[in-house]
Amino acid sequence: MQHDNKRYVERDRDWHPAAYTPGYKTSVARSPSQALVSLQAPSVSELTGPDFRRLRMGPHDNDLLLNYREDPALAGAAGLPVGERIIMFGRVIDQFGKPVPHTLVEMWQANAGGRYRHKKDAYLAPLDPNFGGVGRCLTDDQGWYRFRTIKPGPYPWGNGINTWRPAHIHVSVMGPAISTRLVTQMYFEGDPLIPICPIVQTLNDQEAVETMIGRLDMARSRPMDCLAYRFDLVVRGELQTYFENQ
Amino acid sequence: MLRETASQTAGPYVHIGLALHVAGLPERDEEIWSQMARPEAEGEPIEVVGTVIDGNGDLVRDALLEAWQADAQGQYRPEFDLHKPFNGFGRTATTAEGGSEWSLTTIKPGAVTRGDGKVMAPHINLAVFARGINIHLQTRLYFEDEAETNAACPVLNAIESPARRQTLIAKREEVDGKVRYRFDIRLQGEGETVFFDF
Repeated sequence: MQHDNKRYVERDRDWHPAAYTPGYKTSVARSPSQALVSLQAPSVSELTGPDFRRLRMGPHDNDLLLNYREDPALAGAAGLPVGERIIMFGRVIDQFGKPVPHTLVEMWQANAGGRYRHKKDAYLAPLDPNFGGVGRCLTDDQGWYRFRTIKPGPYPWGNGINTWRPAHIHVSVMGPAISTRLVTQMYFEGDPLIPICPIVQTLNDQEAVETMIGRLDMARSRPMDCLAYRFDLVVRGELQTYFENQ
Repeated sequence: MLRETASQTAGPYVHIGLALHVAGLPERDEEIWSQMARPEAEGEPIEVVGTVIDGNGDLVRDALLEAWQADAQGQYRPEFDLHKPFNGFGRTATTAEGGSEWSLTTIKPGAVTRGDGKVMAPHINLAVFARGINIHLQTRLYFEDEAETNAACPVLNAIESPARRQTLIAKREEVDGKVRYRFDIRLQGEGETVFFDF
């Protein structure tokens, strides 16, 4: 088979959060109690995945300042969302530093006040009539992606008595195969809520936390317009195997 | 070597990003969703449905699932294009409404041959994302009416406990003359679904 000479670097499951992390209460009943079964010989089932180059994107799919209008009459015209205008950008690379081109990066987030445009979010901070909170794009030839958005606000949630999420943007990346599939969250450099968040604290290793922090990048900001945060995504490294079954 | 970016839960509002109409958002022109096959697709049309259940036996009403499967010939077709009759990739979700079932409209995949020449029984790769799940759970759905190929499948046989293999077998139902397979995912406890590392 064409794909079976490929492998991905083993996922370090001590680096990633464990399934059972009682500080994050929902994980208690949603974590398997049995060990994962390791597939010793990954097959074409795991070594392939969807290629989204032919998914037709809208012109503002990666621009959250323009891609939502409660009043369609305002589409493309006035009515910008309230909040800190930012560019969020970065590169998708693998563990060997190789760019991952033409891969789908999706993101979703709350508005500037920490409220999600989701029918289940009942937080008292109001919705913004000009903000939806969803974006997607494909990385370019060199693995770069780019969104324009509003910096999300922190919000409270029913975990402890007074638990707040740091400002974050949910990020989903496919990579070249279902083996590289990853969903994470980007946090913002310097946010004092990061070290006290039970979801961040599902990680044991401070260095792993660092992989989730977007960095202020003044060089990519636009004077008198918006700031920029850089967030690179590292997916599992692709290995070629030459001596299988011999 | 660089370290992989760490995983985090998709959280309670995953639908905003990956299942827009479930969140109540308007959909874009093209969305990645649960109709993987149109009626004219080659192969046996099937529906796959199920629930996700937590360790207390309660329904998980905010899960997002992703499916990846071969075509009727057992070949993976990476190119995702909504103009094609069949795509090997799809998404579905459980919601707060009703019985909170996810469903996929697809075709039954063919058996897939592994690099070592061993034939894997027809299966759909599933990934489960939800609030409370820190890193997505990877499983496989097999088909009850493929007993013979299931018994020989090298992946099913890699599961030490024969009883646990049964957690990966979807049950066949016929509803209004249509073939449907039911696959309930139990995250924890009695009848816990097998999840894979790969």
